[in-house]
Amino acid sequence: MIVIWLLVALLAVASAIMLITLDNPVHSALCLVVTLLSVATMYAMLNAPFVAIIQVAVYAGAIMVLFLFVIMLLNLRREEGAVRASKPVTVAATALGVCFFIAIAATVATCPAGSAAFPAGSNAYTFGSPQQIGGRLFHDYLFPFEATSLLLTVGMVGAILLARRKF
Amino acid sequence: MQLNTVPIGYYLVISAVLFTTGMVGVLTRRNALVIFMSIELMLNAANLSFVAFARLFGQLDGQIFVFFGMSVAAAEVAIGLAIVIALFRNKPTTDVSQINILKW
Repeated sequence: MIVIWLLVALLAVASAIMLITLDNPVHSALCLVVTLLSVATMYAMLNAPFVAIIQVAVYAGAIMVLFLFVIMLLNLRREEGAVRASKPVTVAATALGVCFFIAIAATVATCPAGSAAFPAGSNAYTFGSPQQIGGRLFHDYLFPFEATSLLLTVGMVGAILLARRKF
Repeated sequence: MQLNTVPIGYYLVISAVLFTTGMVGVLTRRNALVIFMSIELMLNAANLSFVAFARLFGQLDGQIFVFFGMSVAAAEVAIGLAIVIALFRNKPTTDVSQINILKW
């Protein structure tokens, strides 16, 4: 099991690094798809089948189609996708990122929850099922759920309004 | 089959790596679309931590927060890409360092 986990993790990290280094935005988008699918695999390993399927359908499906659609609509030239920050900014940002990662990794390594093993659940086949998620979502989280529908409506109207030719 | 032989720290470290990669991407790239993809990467890293802690504590709330996070991400991408298209119509570039007309 740990071998499969390591392969998935390696795939996620490698494609994430390729996402920020490749010049062509289409290649970056395809790398992001690989990362999203790897993360979906990890969700499945974490007893979250519903979240894993949503990740594939919404993120790797809908959102990435939107990205590719816009990239191809704008018809970007290759050199235009390759623009980067100046050399000192790049070096400083990478150093900042490394420091940030070391800070998080040190916290994970020292706090007790970081080394905790997952409890061997007897409810391994019902935890995170669509039935349980739906039960919680429509009882305890009903108001946030309705607020989400409002948010998506605002997003839809805003997108149409912003992308219109004449205001 | 026992699914979780990997301790939670491994998931948190992978989450940290993905978040850091997204952060460096936002800071170093100047293409608006690649910056958006890096932001998506950071949102995913946070979601991975949520799901890992949901499994650790046996609580579903973490997974439900991921659900809400994804809907926020979807709305953000729709609006953000519409803004990119509106900007592209005024000035045909996606290079954010060239979009400086409001800069004093």
